[in-house]
Amino acid sequence: MRWTRILADFKIVVRSYVRNPVALFFSLIFPIILIALFGLIFSGSGTAVIPMTVLNLDHNSPASQEFMDALNSTSFVKLSFVNWSASSFAANLGANDDTVGLIIPEGFEANFTAHRPVNVTLYTDPEDAASAGQAVFVVSEVTNAFNLKAANGSAILGVNTENVGSPVYTYIDYLIPGLIGFSILTSPMFSMVDIAASYRKEGIFRQLSLTPLTRAEWLSSHILWYMSLTFVTAGIMIGAGIVLFGAHVTVSLGLIPFLVAGPFLFVSLGMLMGSVAKTPESAALIGNIVTFPMMFLSGTFFPVSDFPPGLQAFAHVLPLYYVIDGMNQVMLFANAARALTDVLVVFGIAVVFFLLAIRFFQWRDE
Amino acid sequence: MADAIEVEHLIKRYGDLAAVNDIAFRVASGSVFSFLGPNGAGKTTTTEILEGLRRRTEGTVRVLGLDPWTDSRPLHDRIGVIPQDFRFFEKITPREAIEYYGSLFGTRPDAGDLLARVQLADKAESRFDTLSGGQKQKLGLALSLTNNPEICFLDEPTTGLDPTARRAIWKVIRSLKAEGRTVFLTTHYLEEAELLADRVAIIHHGRIIADGAPSDIIAAYGRPARIRFEAPPALADYLRAHLGLPVTAEDGRVEVELHEKGDVVRILSAAEASGIRWQQFATEQDTLEDVFVRLVGQMDEGTLKTETAT
Repeated sequence: MRWTRILADFKIVVRSYVRNPVALFFSLIFPIILIALFGLIFSGSGTAVIPMTVLNLDHNSPASQEFMDALNSTSFVKLSFVNWSASSFAANLGANDDTVGLIIPEGFEANFTAHRPVNVTLYTDPEDAASAGQAVFVVSEVTNAFNLKAANGSAILGVNTENVGSPVYTYIDYLIPGLIGFSILTSPMFSMVDIAASYRKEGIFRQLSLTPLTRAEWLSSHILWYMSLTFVTAGIMIGAGIVLFGAHVTVSLGLIPFLVAGPFLFVSLGMLMGSVAKTPESAALIGNIVTFPMMFLSGTFFPVSDFPPGLQAFAHVLPLYYVIDGMNQVMLFANAARALTDVLVVFGIAVVFFLLAIRFFQWRDE
Repeated sequence: MADAIEVEHLIKRYGDLAAVNDIAFRVASGSVFSFLGPNGAGKTTTTEILEGLRRRTEGTVRVLGLDPWTDSRPLHDRIGVIPQDFRFFEKITPREAIEYYGSLFGTRPDAGDLLARVQLADKAESRFDTLSGGQKQKLGLALSLTNNPEICFLDEPTTGLDPTARRAIWKVIRSLKAEGRTVFLTTHYLEEAELLADRVAIIHHGRIIADGAPSDIIAAYGRPARIRFEAPPALADYLRAHLGLPVTAEDGRVEVELHEKGDVVRILSAAEASGIRWQQFATEQDTLEDVFVRLVGQMDEGTLKTETAT
């Protein structure tokens, strides 16, 4: 291995890449699109706000207003008001495809201030069990608070909520290491499989075999290029996550080993897949078979711990799992010991794939 | 001088098919050797074996004293190759390509000089995918010279090129020989071989059917030189009766074979003396192409007598 030859080839790779404006545009803009798209799709799916149709028969009395305000302030429901008659309320709800309705009875304020029992009526649709459960819970919470107030009491037993793990993290925080892993996987895998097949077909490998450049040097210059690209795209993704969604991830030097080992692994694997295939078509097919399961089952979009046990076991044999898990340990959980284990696993697999790729990738014919 | 290339009993089989079937030849150092043959004859296979790009099935091959397959690394430092249909990285310019090869070989070629030599200086900064076919071949030629090679392998370097570009490449080939390099040239163009090569070998169906200097091959396999008149058949009868040389008459043409130079004068005097009116005359000689077409045709018909001119 000679660094002068690796660098000479690296210069050719960089020039070929940056002189292709379409490829350059997409590799810089694609990370932003990924973050924006998946951030928008998934970050809204936390706790849903359910619509609740309200018929206030107490003529907007101050007490009924206060009750509405209390419901509103939970931010679990969105109120809309109607002027239907009490007898046709349920039928109208059904006709409007609304599943949750609430009637404040006439005399709500008068009874409440006189400490006489009074009931609000909650309508729910058993077919929409999630909304029904949430509505019952929210309305009960608010009525309890009113009861406590009517009794001039104050809460004695309270609940403090804490998140498991270190600082509060949201879905977007999970998504950033996942999507960095996604691009560490996909961009070298797809292009190396393609390069392996097309350079062989065009005779470029034969041409290079007539020079002192070795296969290990050639592969190293490509690894170097995808490492550089990974640093740029990871930076863009972290930046976009913070700017667009206010993500809070830890960016530390601990990330660097993953941005180095990840491309090392997948450039080698891509070259291996491209080399064992006989034709460009079968190369693309083999590449897809290897890439796609890894793309979805390694914790890219969802934490592997949310998977059923069988899939979790499967995830643990996918190399990308260790890249993403390691980056999660660094960026979210500050678990250096586990990150170290992960990075050692990734480097180990990368070395094996690198050696296999060199062995199977022949640039002259028998 | 020692031979730059020595080939003995070379065989390359693909399954049951012998693409190269027991051939032998030698190429003297500093000479231009041209390897000729129809498509699929085994030219490229043989060339690739010599270049160390393909493994042989049997036989002995020495290029600069090295086994091209097992010693390909040291061999490649000493040979230059342009393959058929040279391809390179699309977005890279000729100047960058030469600098790249210079870094790989650890030589410091002057890109400007090399490109001027192959008449590509005006395209030094153009990307490869914008070059014409001829310009791409010229870059291939320039790249094959970045390591100052002792042998240049040129596989059909002028195929598909316009006449000007072909002549430019011929000029480079002549200059390579003048510098003392050995040139191994495969080509479809027989006049190219006749013009440039010190020695040619004709290969067909994996066998060498003729090997020698172009003039010797023509002398051995070509028809004798002829003098041709545009004249009525009566002239043929007259000449046959008076000269004792083979005479043929066909399509208003009368042809007489020449056995020695002095025959020209005798034939012309006899024609003049015949009193038969003839229009014009010309002397004709077989070219390497005529010989090639005849030999290949005879081999396909199974009528070829295998002997080698030396």
